[in-house]
Amino acid sequence: MEAMAGELARLRAEREELDRRIRLLESQLEATPRSSASPAGEAIGGGGGGIGAAACPIRRRGNGFSAADGLPADMIYRYSRHLLLPDFGVEGQRKLSGSSILVVGAGGLGSPVALYLAACGVGCLGIVDGDDVELNNLHRQIIHKEAYVGLSKVKSAADACREINSSIKVVEHHHTLKPCNALEIVRNYDIVVDATDNLPTRYMISDCCVLLNKPLVSGAALGLEGQLTVYHHNGSPCYRCLFPNPPPVAACQRCSDSGVLGVVPGVIGCLQALEAIKVATDVGEPLSGRMLLFDALSARIRIVKIRGSSSVCTVCGENSAFTQDDFQEFDYENFTQSPMSDKSAPSLDLLPESDRITCKEYKRLVDNGEPHLLLDVRPAHHFQITSVSQSLNIPLSELEEKLQILETSLKETMNTSTLDKVPPLFVVCRRGNDSQLAVQLLREKGFLSAKDIIGGLQSWARDVDHDFPVY
Amino acid sequence: MHLTLEFGGGLELLLEKSIKMHKVDVQPIDGQEKVMMKGLLSWVKSNLIKERPEMFLKGDSVRPGVLVLINDCDWELCGGLDAELEEKDVVVFISTLHGVL
Ligand SMILES: [Zn+2]
Repeated sequence: MEAMAGELARLRAEREELDRRIRLLESQLEATPRSSASPAGEAIGGGGGGIGAAACPIRRRGNGFSAADGLPADMIYRYSRHLLLPDFGVEGQRKLSGSSILVVGAGGLGSPVALYLAACGVGCLGIVDGDDVELNNLHRQIIHKEAYVGLSKVKSAADACREINSSIKVVEHHHTLKPCNALEIVRNYDIVVDATDNLPTRYMISDCCVLLNKPLVSGAALGLEGQLTVYHHNGSPCYRCLFPNPPPVAACQRCSDSGVLGVVPGVIGCLQALEAIKVATDVGEPLSGRMLLFDALSARIRIVKIRGSSSVCTVCGENSAFTQDDFQEFDYENFTQSPMSDKSAPSLDLLPESDRITCKEYKRLVDNGEPHLLLDVRPAHHFQITSVSQSLNIPLSELEEKLQILETSLKETMNTSTLDKVPPLFVVCRRGNDSQLAVQLLREKGFLSAKDIIGGLQSWARDVDHDFPVY
Repeated sequence: MHLTLEFGGGLELLLEKSIKMHKVDVQPIDGQEKVMMKGLLSWVKSNLIKERPEMFLKGDSVRPGVLVLINDCDWELCGGLDAELEEKDVVVFISTLHGVL
């Protein structure tokens, strides 16, 4: 497998080098006989100034249209079904090819967004993401292929887009969008698509779009639900108008992470691509001032009217004093009390050292046959995925009402051993946060032998049992 | 007064059996003619919310991050807490999703 992946990567690199040389020769050829023609598409779209190294320099000839009104024959053929739409037509396609769109996040939402925007011939497509492709992304992040596991998501997504449409410009931004780089990147695009997965980044992208006056096509998907709207466009609110204060942290730091059915972000992502195309071409009524709520389970879509831009909004309001400098200094993680990436998710530290043991220490104690009880406080559907043998499952949310079961189990453990005192009670969860909350609760309730297994099953798989399934 | 209440974006987890849609009959608070949103919130808190009420309410309003929609319209456009409800109104409470990438 590894050899194949290596070979693939090598071939891709070779192909890219060839593509580069072809493009170079093409442009040289074109430049010689027809020096009078101005670069097509240059005048369209307001990508903003400052075309730096990471910018979207615009509008390769290949994709664009000649200065005269006619479209190149190959473009007419490629986009014929767009051109045949009376409401879209040549004008729509021309605007699309002159526009530049930034997709933030190459994940479940970003996958269909990037694929459709590339396929439909947007002039310049930027993709920003700092993560690598992981195997457990593939069920929903349909732009990535198995061969790219371990490689950069942006590279993977950009390659996929180029394979679909070699005539568009694809710009790779290989880093997480942050206040320190966001202005510089977003500045170069006409429209921004928020395809991210976390709260601080949502506030940040919205603020950035207000400061640079860019429409923001924002989508979210979780579990079996999705939401979609266009912020800061035609008088519609910004994210802060709608949510001036972030929600409470509660439940955010719990180990019981949420799942998502792969096709749900797919549906929302497709709709985001659609809204981005509508905004870019000025065709139809964009979803601004309205929000689409999608419930996959009941097959219901609700479109609701939301408030307009607030005159007292701290960012987009009339008297806003929020500047680009403020933006770069703003601590979004602190503001929302939640992390911008899973990887930097802070772990709780609630207990004294004496109330905790490491996975390795726990393993030693099991190997020595020391009597004890192992309590797993993950939700039942997590416990069904995998568990450590001989563990008792009581989800944290039910723990308080099920202390009796625990009491009984502890007594049984004591009776079957030679112990004359309450046996040690070890508590485990997925990542080691819920287990600390559980130990805290248990000690309050008089279970003084309760100890936390540091780092949960994730550490167990890493440090003790390498065959233990990770999810 | 008959109302349809819907909960989404995870708020349903605070209700019994995580049921999203509830057809309910709510009476105005003593001395008032109509059911107001303010009254409905406390009715929901006492009659439907089963756990972690702080994930639904903050002070006398909904917690930050919850959108309230009366007949598919943002309650901010209908008077917020003072909005008067009519027979057969549909009120939706939805938590914003941040998402799984
Ligand atoms: Zn605003």
